[in-house]
Amino acid sequence: MLHTFVALVEDKPGVLTRVASLFRRLNINIVSLTVGHSEKVGVSRMTIVCDASPTAGHRIAASLYKLENVLQVDDVGQLSHVARELALIKVAATPKTRSMVFELVEVFRARIVDLAPESMMIEITGVESKIEGLIQVLNENGDRILEISRTGRMVMRRGQHTSRVLEAMRVPGLETPDELKAEEVGSASDVLMAEEAGLRD
Amino acid sequence: MAGKSRATNQKTEQAGGQPADGATNGTRLTGSEIIWATLDGEGVSVVFGYPGGAILPAYDALRKFPIRHVLVRHEQGAAHMADGYARASGKVGVAVATSGPGATNLVTGIATAMLDSVPMVCITGQVSSKVLGTDAFQEVDITGITLPVTKHNYVVTRAEDVAPVIREAFLVAKSGRPGPVLVDITKDAQQASAEFDFAAAAPKPHRPHPMLKTESASILQAAELIRSAKKPVILAGHGVLQSGAYAQVRTLAERMRIPVASTLLGLGGFPASHPLSLGMMGMHGEAWVNEAIQKADLLIACGMRFDDRVTGTLATYAPNAKKIHIEVDPAEINKNVKVDVALIGDLKEALEALLPHLAPRDAKGESAWVKEIEASKGECAVRDISNLPDSGHLYAAHVMHDLWRATEGKAIVVTDVGQHQMWEAQYYKHDEPRTLITSGGLGTMGFALPAAIGAKIACPDKEVWVIAGDGGFQMTAAELSTAAQEELDLNIAVVNNGYLGMVRQWQEFFYEKNYQSTPLLSPDFVKLAEAHGIRGKAVKTRAEVLSAVAEARGHQGPFLINFLVEKEDSVYPMIPAGSALHEMIRRPEKNPLVETARD
Ligand SMILES: Cc1cc2nc3c(=O)[nH]c(=O)nc-3n(C[C@H](O)[C@H](O)[C@H](O)COP(=O)(O)OP(=O)(O)OC[C@H]3O[C@@H](n4cnc5c(N)ncnc54)[C@H](O)[C@@H]3O)c2cc1C
Ligand SMILES: Cc1ncc(C[n+]2csc(CCOP(=O)(O)OP(=O)(O)O)c2C)c(N)n1
Ligand SMILES: [Mg+2]
Repeated sequence: MLHTFVALVEDKPGVLTRVASLFRRLNINIVSLTVGHSEKVGVSRMTIVCDASPTAGHRIAASLYKLENVLQVDDVGQLSHVARELALIKVAATPKTRSMVFELVEVFRARIVDLAPESMMIEITGVESKIEGLIQVLNENGDRILEISRTGRMVMRRGQHTSRVLEAMRVPGLETPDELKAEEVGSASDVLMAEEAGLRD
Repeated sequence: MAGKSRATNQKTEQAGGQPADGATNGTRLTGSEIIWATLDGEGVSVVFGYPGGAILPAYDALRKFPIRHVLVRHEQGAAHMADGYARASGKVGVAVATSGPGATNLVTGIATAMLDSVPMVCITGQVSSKVLGTDAFQEVDITGITLPVTKHNYVVTRAEDVAPVIREAFLVAKSGRPGPVLVDITKDAQQASAEFDFAAAAPKPHRPHPMLKTESASILQAAELIRSAKKPVILAGHGVLQSGAYAQVRTLAERMRIPVASTLLGLGGFPASHPLSLGMMGMHGEAWVNEAIQKADLLIACGMRFDDRVTGTLATYAPNAKKIHIEVDPAEINKNVKVDVALIGDLKEALEALLPHLAPRDAKGESAWVKEIEASKGECAVRDISNLPDSGHLYAAHVMHDLWRATEGKAIVVTDVGQHQMWEAQYYKHDEPRTLITSGGLGTMGFALPAAIGAKIACPDKEVWVIAGDGGFQMTAAELSTAAQEELDLNIAVVNNGYLGMVRQWQEFFYEKNYQSTPLLSPDFVKLAEAHGIRGKAVKTRAEVLSAVAEARGHQGPFLINFLVEKEDSVYPMIPAGSALHEMIRRPEKNPLVETARD
């Protein structure tokens, strides 16, 4: 099962190695990992997606928090959140075959960001399934995909929410902090459903 | 011990070209001086180390500071000494080494401390920051190498970072779940100068530690489980010692009449002579302990991590028991054993929050369970070979039993790894915390002698015994020389069975007695001791044990006894790896070597 964690980490050399090394030690494959600046100076934000057993979430989050450079961990799990990925896709297309690609791009709310005599580059953002959908259709159409670059998933919880450190300590099936319960119940939204279902941006 | 911000050294000479007086707060010092001044400020009075090029500036500055340096014979010894010092005293141990091979020699000792959660700070020299990453002479990426075996590590390339980093390292090493921390300091950082202000270098708390909510529902839930349990057992681990929760565990046990089983590292946390003490659980625990756990309806795990040596196969572990886990490290919860209630936080605090919810149990309900366990002891107790008369054979169990008697159970015993380690755990009854020091998690042979040196230096007024096998003793025997140079009053018992005994035992049980590479030739350990100027004696029969022990105890300075014990004796009971806790190989009733009551 795929787990998604958001970790706020100190922006220092070697921190990525520590995080990556933890997953290596646990023998868990990282599916995607994105890192960038957060809203706080000196703090980076990582979104880590990994494939592990359904019960592994708590242990991974707690182990992440054991790393001294990790300031906060959030196991996004089933909580209501927005997930996005950006992909750049280069397809082989001549002036004759371009229009087909343009049509697809339109349907997927993607954009063409580069046009060359033999190729075009598509930029698309959305949930993974949307990006995979485009790739699949391109393949089915016989458009030769030359390159794909994907950022991997980044996520943010919905609603007013200051992620609390102690969430890393949450043990499933055991005590859940009250404030958390309230949040979980309150924020399920229709938008999210539509999002997961399909093509909406 | 933390945060003592006293002026560090009255004797400071020309430090960094500054007047010596009042020394080191708010003055300009070299990075090297800052290393020692910071250690001094953290309350460090002794370090264990070995010099070399990249750490030489620091060594050059050492004479200005009131810190004792114990010169080891191998850096692995330095790490084990710091570890033994920490386990005996509860303070942070410090090891120092140079770059490259000096640093890599520390690794086994660091991993040993990591697996047993021992607070330790290792300081290593590193090549100059300008040549980092160029394969410079004696450059090794020690922070990379030790990343998975340290709680945290640091590279310091500027003199001004030395004090804050070392101070943070101490905090990390001893806070939460303790562990080893390595600080790698480049040569140029040691040579450069910076302002030193101990107080200003105090670590800023940058994130909260997991904390117990003392009013939480879990506490009430735990209390309810304890109140309603008919067959509860307390599992007392290393965390009892680390948290200093002796009184609280004892109160819990006595108030609710709950028997206490200990892990290897928990021995001494609850007095072995207490009527509610069951002894060691797990692979080599006595049958009644493991049977009690299998029959229990409630386990209260106090600062222990359900190691595989403790649980046997997980599928059948304590099948009828609800489980309460009191643990400082959230990552341990549900790691091996799924629990019903988790109390995350310091054990002592958790028990203090829990106890007010527990009224003393009425005497009737209790006695049935305690009596049931007591009854199951009967047979095993008779077959306990330490109670048997002298038959002319010398068994290691006899040695342990007699050592316990002679020292009245009050010595600090530091064991190595193997059969002798298990016999010690079975037959030396520890009533006091921090009197058994042993490598449990990593099981590092060669640990005992250096760790005992550290323990003796931490507790100079305590009697300290090394108990090592003939195999493990040879791994770090060079530290005899350190013991001699430091004139330590250390007693050393080599339990010499001519084999890598624990491995031989596995070969006997599981590999058709194919004793491949386990018979072992050793030097004459008495002569080896003598070559170091250390007195020694060989003991071949049980009749000689007590007098030799008395001689060692009476002697000022190190003393080694070479106990030539039965060669093919085995440790019983034993749970074969992968078996259930109740599927023990029991003490044989008839065995050519081990007499039993029925012989
Ligand atoms: C040859 C050999 C045979 C062995 N046989 C046995 C055996 O038969 N039986 C046995 O028990 N062991 C045996 N061991 C040892 C075993 O491998 C483990 O090292 C041992 O069981 C671990 O004990 P522990 O969980 O109490 O300690 P640790 O591994 O040190 O764990 C301590 C736990 O307490 C927690 N803690 C620390 N401080 C606090 C605090 N302040 N508050 C709350 N929690 C805290 C830590 O987070 C950690 O989870 C053997 C080892 C060897 C080498
Ligand atoms: C450094 C190291 N290498 C190998 C082992 C595996 N091992 C565990 S016990 C043991 C035998 C120990 O022999 P000895 O020191 O003579 O003690 P005995 O079991 O005979 O009491 C070995 C080789 C280990 N624990 N540590
Ligand atoms: Mg041996």
